[in-house]
Amino acid sequence: MYSDKVMDHFMNPRNVGEIKDADGEGQVGNPKCGDIMKVFLKVEDGIIVDAKFKTFGCAAAVATSSMSTELIIGKNIDEALKITNKTVAEALDGLPKPKMHCSNLAEEAIKEAIDDYKKKHGMEPEKEQGERCSRRCDDILNDE
Amino acid sequence: MDSRFIYLDHSATTNVKPEVLEEMIPYFKSNFGNPSSIYSLGRKSKQAIEEARERVAKALNSKKEEIYFTGSGTEADNWAVKGAAYANSNKGKHIITTAIEHHAVLHACQYLESEGYELTYLPVGPDGVVAAQQVSKAIRPDTILVSIMYANNEIGTIQPIKEIGGITREKGVLFHTDAVQAVGNTSIDVEDLNVDMLSLSAHKFYGPKGVGALYIRKGTKITNFIHGGAQERKRRASTENVPGIVGLGKAIELATHNIDGYSEKLRNLRDNLIDQVMEKIPNVRLNGHRKKRLPGNANFSFEFIEGESLLLMLDMKGIAASSGSACTSGSLDPSHVLLAIGLPHEIAHGSLRVTFGEENTGEDVKYLMEALSPIVERLREMSPLYVKD
Ligand SMILES: Cc1ncc(COP(=O)(O)O)c(C=O)c1O
Repeated sequence: MYSDKVMDHFMNPRNVGEIKDADGEGQVGNPKCGDIMKVFLKVEDGIIVDAKFKTFGCAAAVATSSMSTELIIGKNIDEALKITNKTVAEALDGLPKPKMHCSNLAEEAIKEAIDDYKKKHGMEPEKEQGERCSRRCDDILNDE
Repeated sequence: MDSRFIYLDHSATTNVKPEVLEEMIPYFKSNFGNPSSIYSLGRKSKQAIEEARERVAKALNSKKEEIYFTGSGTEADNWAVKGAAYANSNKGKHIITTAIEHHAVLHACQYLESEGYELTYLPVGPDGVVAAQQVSKAIRPDTILVSIMYANNEIGTIQPIKEIGGITREKGVLFHTDAVQAVGNTSIDVEDLNVDMLSLSAHKFYGPKGVGALYIRKGTKITNFIHGGAQERKRRASTENVPGIVGLGKAIELATHNIDGYSEKLRNLRDNLIDQVMEKIPNVRLNGHRKKRLPGNANFSFEFIEGESLLLMLDMKGIAASSGSACTSGSLDPSHVLLAIGLPHEIAHGSLRVTFGEENTGEDVKYLMEALSPIVERLREMSPLYVKD
């Protein structure tokens, strides 16, 4: 049911781990729904030079975490913010329909982490932190 | 990819045994006649069905006339629950069941609720067993049916069916048990159990898929479920699935032949696995009663990890098992059974069900353990919930 790319990123996830004293950190999801993603960013001169993640969730959640960190490394903040769940899903050669919601997790975790970075550096965040945290369960319900 | 393949999901389904298939084949080929036809080709089919009925009756210690073939375990459950409800609604509209039934019973009950029936869903203890006394307390003057599964398909727990049968008999309430997971794993005697109806399904004991049976005690008030021709003594219409019924008959005969020895073998594998997992893997719990469970069922929850990931990694090692995680069911919530025994959602998401069968050996347990420990460790390393101390 999963593409080869998804399975590759699930079995050999890139960028698993944590960054000590990260410039930005974000966590979304909730164990009730069955997935949580935590992202750590290292930013230099507005460019994301490193990203790491930790994820509790299904194969789709792990693979989108892995792919999204790969996609943002080397990009500047504004470019990284433009990465949507669709971009991530496409980069993985697609996700099964019932798993599309998993890709929101990655998009939102990255946005949380960037907001955290902006706040720490006196910039205006896109959204209040935590606002995105509960969106995913509703998404699944609406999909059905 | 590992070349080894180990099937540890016998509660999902089983392979058709060669001896079973061999008996079925003539009824696809030369003996293809319709059992209702009066010429000899038809009579051969009819006779094969009656022989199968005899075998089922023998396995359950019932009368031959009390066995009705159905299209599945699900159909048998639906027939029992809805048929008994409709036939007895003049007496009352109250039905008692449990929170851990298979969806075949649970959703049939929920449907009856939408039609004005009143349902009591008995809770189970943290060990996944319902207390017979609870049934006794829940019975009211308008209670018409109690439906409680013999053995749970996820956590394997075995319910006190005989005790409940004693209670329902005394109070004059019909009693149905979904024994789909029990038949072939443990010996069953409908007289001893005092059940009025019992469902079974061939594909759980090395028979074909798409054929089941409902035992209906003589004198039980139940309406028909499938309307049409006069098959199954006018109780269940449709041209009989002759090869399937023949396969069910052969499979149940084989399954009950040395059932105690088979149970013993499964129990050893199960206990060996449970002991090793509990000893070698930290932050794990066994779901369901340690002893009152199907001989081949082990169900664990590994904290901090999610079940689908675990299954896929096991699959990469050639191991087929199952989980009660939401992600494996396509729904939002983890299994209703795991929630009913009081597991928090996040623990329920991390469950693994292993169900042993005929071809499994101690080697398989060893191989599973070798694969499982590092996989659990690896997924935990990846989990933001896991704090290593
Ligand atoms: C307890 C229980 N009841 C009913 C069923 C349904 O049986 P079938 O697959 O034959 O419809 C199953 C099998 O999944 C089961 O485990």
